[in-house]
Amino acid sequence: MFRILKAEQLAEKIFLMDVEAPRVAKACEPGEFVIVRMDEKGERIPLTICDYDREKGTITIVFQTVGASTEKMAKLQAGDYFQDFVGPLGQPSEFVKEDIEEVKKKKYLFVAGGVGTAPVYPQVKWMKEHGIDVDVIVGAKNKELLILEDMMKEQAGNLYITTDDGSYVRKGMVTEVIKDLVVNQGKKYDVCVAIGPMIMMKFVCLLTKDLGLPTIVSMNPVMVDGTGMCGACRLSVGGEVKFACVDGPEFDGHLVNFDEAMKRQQIYKTEEGRAMLKLLEGDTHHGGCGNCE
Amino acid sequence: MDVMKKVPVREQDPKVRATNFEEVCLGYNKEEAMEEASRCLKCKNAKCMGGCPVSINIPGFIKEVEAGNFEEAAKVIAESSALPAVCGRVCPQESQCEGVCIRGIKGEPISIGKLERFVADWSRENGFVPAAPEKTNGKKVAVIGSGPAGLTCAGDLAKMGYEVTIFEALHEPGGVLIYGIPEFRLPKSTVVKTEVENVKKLGVKIETDVIIGKSVTIDELLEEEGFEAVFIGSGAGLPKFMGIPGENANGVFSANEYLTRSNLMKAFRDDYDTPIVAGKKVAVVGGGNVAMDAARTALRLGAEVHVVYRRSEAELPARVEEVHHAKEEGIIFNLLTNPVEILTDENGWVKGMVVRKMELGEPDASGRRRPVEIEGSDYTIEVDTVIMSLGTSPNPLISNTTKGLDINKRKCIVAETDNGKTTKEGVFAGGDAVTGAATVILAMEAGRAGARGIHEYLSQK
Repeated sequence: MFRILKAEQLAEKIFLMDVEAPRVAKACEPGEFVIVRMDEKGERIPLTICDYDREKGTITIVFQTVGASTEKMAKLQAGDYFQDFVGPLGQPSEFVKEDIEEVKKKKYLFVAGGVGTAPVYPQVKWMKEHGIDVDVIVGAKNKELLILEDMMKEQAGNLYITTDDGSYVRKGMVTEVIKDLVVNQGKKYDVCVAIGPMIMMKFVCLLTKDLGLPTIVSMNPVMVDGTGMCGACRLSVGGEVKFACVDGPEFDGHLVNFDEAMKRQQIYKTEEGRAMLKLLEGDTHHGGCGNCE
Repeated sequence: MDVMKKVPVREQDPKVRATNFEEVCLGYNKEEAMEEASRCLKCKNAKCMGGCPVSINIPGFIKEVEAGNFEEAAKVIAESSALPAVCGRVCPQESQCEGVCIRGIKGEPISIGKLERFVADWSRENGFVPAAPEKTNGKKVAVIGSGPAGLTCAGDLAKMGYEVTIFEALHEPGGVLIYGIPEFRLPKSTVVKTEVENVKKLGVKIETDVIIGKSVTIDELLEEEGFEAVFIGSGAGLPKFMGIPGENANGVFSANEYLTRSNLMKAFRDDYDTPIVAGKKVAVVGGGNVAMDAARTALRLGAEVHVVYRRSEAELPARVEEVHHAKEEGIIFNLLTNPVEILTDENGWVKGMVVRKMELGEPDASGRRRPVEIEGSDYTIEVDTVIMSLGTSPNPLISNTTKGLDINKRKCIVAETDNGKTTKEGVFAGGDAVTGAATVILAMEAGRAGARGIHEYLSQK
């Protein structure tokens, strides 16, 4: 069992938790993820690591409620437990393993979309810890859905915020900010790291390909075990089949087949909808989902 | 009674069992077990023992069953096997103990597997548990993986007085016994959990949710956590795919994923959160036991199921009993057939599979006749779900993160058969991690050999 030390709501549908998991906290690196399971009957849910404290033995996770399981998870309080909390999983971000002098020579641009701001955070923090200033773009639907602003400001070199509806700082998508920085302001970057919804990563990649800017994305397909034994998370990358849980989750975004990946995300859509209805309607659930005879 | 024939074992009716996940084979009751035991000739130089990978004293335990001394029978089995309720159910006895039984020359061999199962089930129902050692020798040994190899190795070491901790990556111990073999062949809450509990009662600790190579490395276990030896029983869990067009379509699953969802996550039950796509018309590609398990699972979820296999029935690697059960339940076999492409609709879902007819050519190195494609024989079968069951290989996570641990070109860990010794001092290995996918009982034999090797190593140290 893994104790929750802190649970807070960051925005509508977005929650942050600090969880006691000493083995994970000791071993994890930016870019890796964990799998959590709430209880005996729960499913295994992959979540990217947002922060870690090796001394306290804690891991910070941030998640958005999207279905029945995450709705239930959002109700957990400090002092409650996760039945299972496994990790770290996946490969660390490339720069963690690279020669630090080589990393310092490169100019990084981080692009975060929505709840994807959480997995970008430990990477930007790692950069700061190694004396590297990076540019960070954070995009959110609106002001209310913007998360981790202050934390990110502390770690980033330049922080550019944008909202879809213009309710905060500037209006528009993250791609417009990239274009503005590179094309209008003439900024030069060697690597772009983009994390967010698949559709956002796809459009960032279409743009950076045109700009000749190498781009790393963190993929978030359906997962079960997260250790490479089932292939539920498989993707096509450069024409080869890769398992996101062991080969990724980070890949060269210009080689990822996003259309296939987005279709694969929909596999359990109907089942998830049914589970959600059942949860919302509770005892009054009489098969509004069409699941009954 | 006809002494040439096995006392028949009671089974669920095929029509009924095709709709539920209850165990198919109901096993012997006391009277049936004692009657079957009386058919045994109690050979002095018993061939059956030679056919058992862990050399259970078969005539010895059968003699006790015949006399109705079931606890004594359980003690005889416990000398050699830690998982009798499992092995009695899933061992391919026809090619092991029962395959060499003298009774089998003129008639049917003794039902050794069903008798072993009866004794194990009786033990569980009557609360007979193996005795734990009185004191430990204070030496710590780590076992990686809680499948049949790891459980056996841990159990043996605990009996010798070692302080054993098993590290398991998944949230529940048992390995393939939990996530792979379905409920209708191997009940989880009764049979598997009890056998795991019995290993714990010997003093073995089990730490779940720990992935060796990620959460902690073997080197750290040896250098920082005070373990003096390590046994790797991490299995062969990496699924293979065919590499044909359309294989990433929605509705194509590895058998590992399909079975893990159904067995470990209990997706077949409404009260569990993990979903599964049942499918209306399912093709299972492959002919091994895993293919039969996946096919029979899909059938129970309500699908029409086809097993698509590129050789003929005689070459099916699955157990005869499983193929027989699958047919009785209504699984359709498309033999000498091999998929070449998976067709998808506009939303990316499977809508069909193009298959090619095959014929058998000359025998290959393994002695099996090689399937040869028949030119121009392609046709399409309409299916909405495809389950790939083409075998598995060892996960490279442990070998990649352990200094000095050699693997061969099939990515299997190099280890000696007799004692499990690897190329790294203090590290032993056995089971599918060393051999590639094999059987439960061979993994147990390797776990036993590893325990022997570790005991020799630590006694000399």
